[in-house]
Amino acid sequence: MARPVLAELSVGDVVATGEVELDRARLVRYAGASGDFNPIHWDETFATGVGLPDVIAHGMLTMGSVVGVVADWAGDPGAVVAYQTRFTKPVPVPRDGTAVVEVSAAVGAIDADAGTVRVDLTVTHEGAKVLGRSQATVRLS
Amino acid sequence: MANPDFAGREYPATAPYSVGREKLREFASAVGAAHPAHHDLVAARGLGYPDLVAPPTFAVVVAQRAEAQYVQDPAAGIDFSRVVHADEKFAHHRPIVAGDELVTVLHVDSVTERAGIAMVTTRCEIFATGDGVDDGAREPVATVSSSLVIRGEDS
Repeated sequence: MARPVLAELSVGDVVATGEVELDRARLVRYAGASGDFNPIHWDETFATGVGLPDVIAHGMLTMGSVVGVVADWAGDPGAVVAYQTRFTKPVPVPRDGTAVVEVSAAVGAIDADAGTVRVDLTVTHEGAKVLGRSQATVRLS
Repeated sequence: MANPDFAGREYPATAPYSVGREKLREFASAVGAAHPAHHDLVAARGLGYPDLVAPPTFAVVVAQRAEAQYVQDPAAGIDFSRVVHADEKFAHHRPIVAGDELVTVLHVDSVTERAGIAMVTTRCEIFATGDGVDDGAREPVATVSSSLVIRGEDS
């Protein structure tokens, strides 16, 4: 698998795009795998009772899912040396069907001395941003 | 409301968390991380790792256990039904791999309140111990920072 080369990148390059489909089963699976059993992520009655529109996805599930396109582009998940986000808007997940989250990853900055590139992720659900200032720092050769 | 006296607190290191291969595979599958280095030992070793590599956000599993010392302490005054996750930040000093024994030192960096909304920021310093690391030494592995917003009773 050819890995991207720092010197061939420019700020603004879109390096990866993708789509993540979230359904209730996926939320339960993430709850089990992560140990985050907050009922707002699986109990509709509880979620609406605390003022949410529906069960919502774990912010960490959205964050953890969308970075996959960056790890795959880098060719090595261990090359993602830093990753941060703000959770700006919840992603409601309906009982039936799925919630689709779209991600586009673009080069935000290049640090040739450090051998790293900052990849900025634009993450939306139904046209609205759900993550803010979502940035992954990737070490490349 | 969130107790401001907790700001600046540092907790003793947690008991070790043993990173297992099947846990990494399970977590990777849950976040849809299909890269073979999370699932296939040959692929991980081909990239130079001693064992399966954790996905970039796996450290939250380790951090969350440490954070529980603070957020589940009744004296901290954090009502979890009113909590919203505001932001999360990972700095990886080296990738987490299966076989790691990780201990975490939790810091409560800030507790602030404004207009009935409280914000708490925690930082988990995760270290490797055990085999491959000198006795008594700790190898820095990851720093995980997290901010929670707690809505007031009236908001």
